Amino acid sequence: MRQLPATEAAASQRGTSGMKRRFSFRLELDPSRSSAPWWTPILSVALALLLCAVFIAINGMNPITVYMRMVTGAFGSSFGITETLVKAIPLLLCGLGVAIAYRISIWNIGAEGQFAAGAMGATAVIIYFPDLPAVLTIPLMLVFGMLAGGFWGLLTAIPRTYFGVNELITSLMLNYVALLALDYFVFGPWKDPQGFNFPGTPMFTEAQSLPVLGTTRLHLGLVFALIAILLYFLTIRYTKWGYELRLIGANSNAAKNAGININKHILIVMLISGGLAGIAGMAEVSGVTHRLMYGISPGYGYTAIIVAWLAKLNPLGLIVSSVLFGGLIVGGYSVQTMGLPSSISSMLQGAILFFLIAGDMLSKFRLRSGG
Amino acid sequence: MLKGATELRSSFIVSVDMQGIVKRFGPVIANDHVNFQVYAGEIHALLGENGAGKSTTMSMLSGVYRADAGDISIDGKRVRIHSPKDAMALGVGMVFQNFRLVQSLTAAENVVLGEKSSFWRGARWMKEKQREIEAISERFGLAFPVDRPIWQLSVGEQQRVEIVKTLYRGARIIILDEPTSVLTPGEAEQLFQTLERMKREGKSVIITTHKLKEVMATSDRISVMRKGKMITTINKSETNERELARLMVGREIVLTKQQKRPIPGKLLLNVQQLDVEADHGRKALSALQLRVHEGEIVGVAGVAGNGQKELAEVLTGLRAWKGGSIHFNGKEIKTASVRSAIEAGISHIPENRMKSGLAGSLGIVDNLLFKSYRTEDHSRLGFLRASKNRMWSQELVEQFDVKTPDLETPVQQLSGGNQQKLLFAREITRKPRLMVAVHPTQGLDIGATEGVHRLLNELRNSGSGVLLISEDLDEVLQLSDRVLVIYNGQIIGEISAEHADRERIGMLMAGLSTAGEAAV
Repeated sequence: MRQLPATEAAASQRGTSGMKRRFSFRLELDPSRSSAPWWTPILSVALALLLCAVFIAINGMNPITVYMRMVTGAFGSSFGITETLVKAIPLLLCGLGVAIAYRISIWNIGAEGQFAAGAMGATAVIIYFPDLPAVLTIPLMLVFGMLAGGFWGLLTAIPRTYFGVNELITSLMLNYVALLALDYFVFGPWKDPQGFNFPGTPMFTEAQSLPVLGTTRLHLGLVFALIAILLYFLTIRYTKWGYELRLIGANSNAAKNAGININKHILIVMLISGGLAGIAGMAEVSGVTHRLMYGISPGYGYTAIIVAWLAKLNPLGLIVSSVLFGGLIVGGYSVQTMGLPSSISSMLQGAILFFLIAGDMLSKFRLRSGG
Repeated sequence: MLKGATELRSSFIVSVDMQGIVKRFGPVIANDHVNFQVYAGEIHALLGENGAGKSTTMSMLSGVYRADAGDISIDGKRVRIHSPKDAMALGVGMVFQNFRLVQSLTAAENVVLGEKSSFWRGARWMKEKQREIEAISERFGLAFPVDRPIWQLSVGEQQRVEIVKTLYRGARIIILDEPTSVLTPGEAEQLFQTLERMKREGKSVIITTHKLKEVMATSDRISVMRKGKMITTINKSETNERELARLMVGREIVLTKQQKRPIPGKLLLNVQQLDVEADHGRKALSALQLRVHEGEIVGVAGVAGNGQKELAEVLTGLRAWKGGSIHFNGKEIKTASVRSAIEAGISHIPENRMKSGLAGSLGIVDNLLFKSYRTEDHSRLGFLRASKNRMWSQELVEQFDVKTPDLETPVQQLSGGNQQKLLFAREITRKPRLMVAVHPTQGLDIGATEGVHRLLNELRNSGSGVLLISEDLDEVLQLSDRVLVIYNGQIIGEISAEHADRERIGMLMAGLSTAGEAAV
């Protein structure tokens, strides 16, 4: 039980002859480091590709061909590109929501539930006002989708501010509540009577669908997402409120000293964060599936967390990383024809997050030589 | 076991020998060639004010920090201690001021935690261990319920768990950092008996403290540290509280200030019968009285933890109070609000600039805007006036001589002195009526310290009131027009600058006041 590494080291220092110099390093907390360097996301992606290459090789494929196929599948044709962008829209909106919350150190991992709430809110407009013209329906769906998502975000924020309940747990659990509520509606009251028992609402009409680009599936949601990113950038950079958020994020103690009411900001930010995921949900039902149905999200809300981390909360980074992850999903489909499971893309996503977190953690340390 | 390396000195076995220990934190020397020896079977008190460097010394012995220079020997063998694990293997165990216990685990589980074989051994193994732990606690008089989770234990009991943890792991050298700061007098008495028992079993016990009474009650030998230096080591039998107080605070002659003092103006801050509770309902301030006039610096001297933090928090709107009244500038302040304090013209240099004064990852402009961004000069219709703010910041940086590559540099990359200048720039440019400065020169080198002193003097000369809260007695004496001594949440003495007497202030700070001192 009693090892004496320290005395041994002391012995070698005293120059007890014959001791061979051992080459050793130790990891030490580096107090001067408070954030990871800018290149960790790039390194994480590279390492994730490398790790997954091993598994692809075990499956008897050439990783390079597989990756090439994924890239051409996702970005090699105009069809691929528009499909990638279609997937990038919800990722961008949800990822932005996650990023805004994390700005003030709030972990919103409930984007998935807020997304579902937004989809339900938008669909409710159609169910209860089926015959409105497009100029009314679309804005109403947008507003209700946003409000529903925002409300879902508030459900996390209120216990957090008034009772100190950990938002990680509540936001995660509320995901299941939202998804089950969605199941209730599509299996129950909102089910299409002519749908041969398919768990979904009737198909939306032309007036209830977002306009698309030409013959592609790329819809107006992309514009929503880009406007949201632009607003985020401008707000954080130039407004008083954005300054307050930056202050809270950088040092909440100091923000208190500056007279900022942090609880108030948590409520507002979670309302916005949820609202953005809600818009994503609205855009998905109105622009892609054209109906509310069972299993509407393939986990956009969760992938969005990785998107936000990879972007390091940077607006431009969010665009890049959501397109990358959209491409990963589309590329995953295209390698299925090679006999690989499409879950290869989930694996890549997981590996990227793993290396990102490891990178953020390890960058707080420094290497010191000598025992 | 010890190949003749044991040193015998007047029949004492030296168990810890630290020689020429140097530790720097940035520009600050926390330990300046410290020599420190502890014998086996003694209780050794390491005495000093906060910031004297005693915790740093002990942290190096227990592997939390690594010394920049110097040698440590344990039982006569030269060792290198890189981590608490190394220290433990050498028989050094430390009980920290903030306990390191897992709240949801039982006391016994906490004791065995980290033991290699403790991963999962089942209930019978645990029972066995509990008996073993109970045997240790009985032997040293450290009673606590072994099978209860930590959160159900009192603070005193938790401390006992910590002590047993070190003993269970075979510590022969036990360090207790400010052990009585969390204890009731009764618990403290019990702790001292435990220390006696450990001593009788031949263990070396080191306690760090700034309480003179305790030192005289428990220890065999006393080492006094001041400002990073080891002043002396003496036997308890050869000293007394008075001498210790003097050694602890130093004996230098106070320099009387040359410049002519302006006559203080009208009453600015009037605090009457202030009662304040600390975070856990403990009484922090009781019936505190305090007055600050325009154009004077009032220094509050005292050992840390006597209510200074709470006093500053109340005055700057961060903490609510239970009783008493606060009048500022003729008007009564009714509720605690940081924003109204800012608007009333109360500036604040907080105790820890990086923790609550500045946002380290943000640049100069953002940090300067802290308290002014709401005003018309700096924002309009919800938008910050970016170019105007930049110009304003540039002016302040030049005026206060903040050395920075540019206005975007994250302030955590500036030196401590420049960070403090930035903080002062922000607080002074608002032309405060009252400045509450808490430990304003902590961690600064001599040049930066002088700069801060100059700024405070200028502020006073321009007619503002300054409340200077500091543990550095030299600083308080040098700057203040009046010196108040805070002890146990009360002002127990007031001394005007002309009659400042270090020794008496030192005694007051240690709570050795003799009645007859009119609190003001």
